[in-house]
Amino acid sequence: MSAASDVGYHAQRQARWHYGEIAFWLIVLACGFAFPSRYLIMTDILRLALFAMSLDLILGYAGIVSLGHAAFFGVGAYAAGLLALHGIVKEPVLALIVAGLAAMVLGFATSFLVIRGVDLTRLMVTLGIALLLEALAERFSNITGGTDGLQGIEMQPIFGEIPFDMFGKAGFFYSLAVLFLLFLLARRVVNSPFGLSLRAIKNNPLRAAAIGIPVNRRLVAIYTLAAFYAGIAGALFTQTTAIASLDVFAFERSADLMLVLVIGGTGYLYGGLVGAVIFRLLQELFSTITPQYWQFWIGLVLVVIVLVGRQRLHRWVLYVPNLIIRRIAGRKAIVAVPESDS
Amino acid sequence: MTAILTNLFDGVAYGMLLFVLACGLAVTLGLMNFVNLAHGAFAMAGGYICMVLVNRMGWPFFAALPLAFVSSAAIGIALERTLYRHLYARSHLDQVLFTIGLTFMSVAAVDYIQGSSRVFINLPAALQGQFDLFGVGIGRYRLMIIVICGLLTIALQMVLAKTRFGSRLRAAVDDPRAASGLGINVPQVFAFTFAFGCGLAGLGGALSAEILGLDPYFPLKFMIYFLIVVTVGGSSSITGPFLASLLLGIGDVAGKYYVPKMGPFVIYTIMIVILIWRPNGLFGRTAAR
Repeated sequence: MSAASDVGYHAQRQARWHYGEIAFWLIVLACGFAFPSRYLIMTDILRLALFAMSLDLILGYAGIVSLGHAAFFGVGAYAAGLLALHGIVKEPVLALIVAGLAAMVLGFATSFLVIRGVDLTRLMVTLGIALLLEALAERFSNITGGTDGLQGIEMQPIFGEIPFDMFGKAGFFYSLAVLFLLFLLARRVVNSPFGLSLRAIKNNPLRAAAIGIPVNRRLVAIYTLAAFYAGIAGALFTQTTAIASLDVFAFERSADLMLVLVIGGTGYLYGGLVGAVIFRLLQELFSTITPQYWQFWIGLVLVVIVLVGRQRLHRWVLYVPNLIIRRIAGRKAIVAVPESDS
Repeated sequence: MTAILTNLFDGVAYGMLLFVLACGLAVTLGLMNFVNLAHGAFAMAGGYICMVLVNRMGWPFFAALPLAFVSSAAIGIALERTLYRHLYARSHLDQVLFTIGLTFMSVAAVDYIQGSSRVFINLPAALQGQFDLFGVGIGRYRLMIIVICGLLTIALQMVLAKTRFGSRLRAAVDDPRAASGLGINVPQVFAFTFAFGCGLAGLGGALSAEILGLDPYFPLKFMIYFLIVVTVGGSSSITGPFLASLLLGIGDVAGKYYVPKMGPFVIYTIMIVILIWRPNGLFGRTAAR
């Protein structure tokens, strides 16, 4: 078997749908029917999951460390808010796409700044862009509402048929549908030759360039796509909560997002989804213990995770499921241990 | 004209303060290649310790300043020996996550102990108000900051350039392997430098309560400023960060005075432009190896 067909064979095997994945999505869907009183928090988790998936695309697959991913979230949120407030695009799904495109344009423009330089410069530039946008949003308070945020947003029914209800049922299924569609797209992208080339770049940019991968163009492309995803997540935030305030740009949002991904693991797309669930549950738990100071515990979790080591932690967590799978099915586990990222 | 000079004076004082706050970070980030986003937490610790000593226990301000330095340095060395040490060889992502976690913890802990409102340190009467020098308004407190920070800068430069410890540090930074081969205890040198940098941050924090404002969110608010100083200034010497701090201080004060509506916009734009233009900083060689 030649090397090329070998790679292709393994890539295709990786890309196949597993039973576990189907079960995962069925469980998510079932949650929507099982807990009708918890739509608001479940919608929140879905939004966070989408946002985390967006960061996973650049961090887990392309190895770009970003401290300012909230910039795109914020642009999406304000775009959706302004579109709905001024009635420019009334239909939510269309507005969602327009907001995503707005974030995408920003992502494309800033990607050229981000792909330059080393990790440290990237951290600074991404952080700087998010802070810059926050300062801008505060400055142009006649458009953004300043520190009060955008108020009085009224959402039109989805497709002109399904209105947003006060229990958040429509919002939940709407978010779930968006998340699932975007997940399918992301899955397709990361398993394509394009996605494989990204992993090559992440592992060793020099070597990737040497075998003919256009490194910079690929990085620009994935960064732009991730910005689109983050913009959609932001737009969902505005559409389902009917507010957009300055804190969509906050540094804490970007930092929390890192934590979500770290909990869930990077580089296999489900990390963001799993991490979002655990993060929200942890946050709920901490804020019931000490309402005002939950940030302390979040920080502690981060410190402990790093000290223990992310790979080791994921091995521990997956130990039991893997053991069961090995016993029952008599083969190697299908639950992926996240790739290392450095 | 006098307004310009007063602004310039304030800007220089602000820049000097930033330098003292950030030069510890220049060492860890630039020389040891460790991304320490929690640097502001040490500054905050120094500020709060000084505040407690002066306001609650009635210490004189000038006696509390050295203690702010010493206690921040002690916290720094304790954390370095127990936690930071394990992370030098890790990826930048791990370091970022770890130090963000520490920052969150420090913010919440100070909020819990001291409350979330801004605190002030009671200054002696001699440091309050301002006097006129050829028509230029000079704040006494700012003048003191310039004197203290100026002396510190000169002392630092002397230590780095003239003493045995300075040459060890430079050797350890240039090539840790060769340095340890020559019998230099590299981890010890780094630990000492780290602690000293934290101490300087603590001193800076104590001094900055009056000018920058001290509240539990200090580490998050000024993180970007410290990072700007180091990334723009580069790390090949102490001069780079020093000039970058002055530039940042003067730019920020002037920006807030002349275009108050643009706020921090000016600074961020300058930073991004500089980083695009010279990814390794204005003055100096590569910051990361």
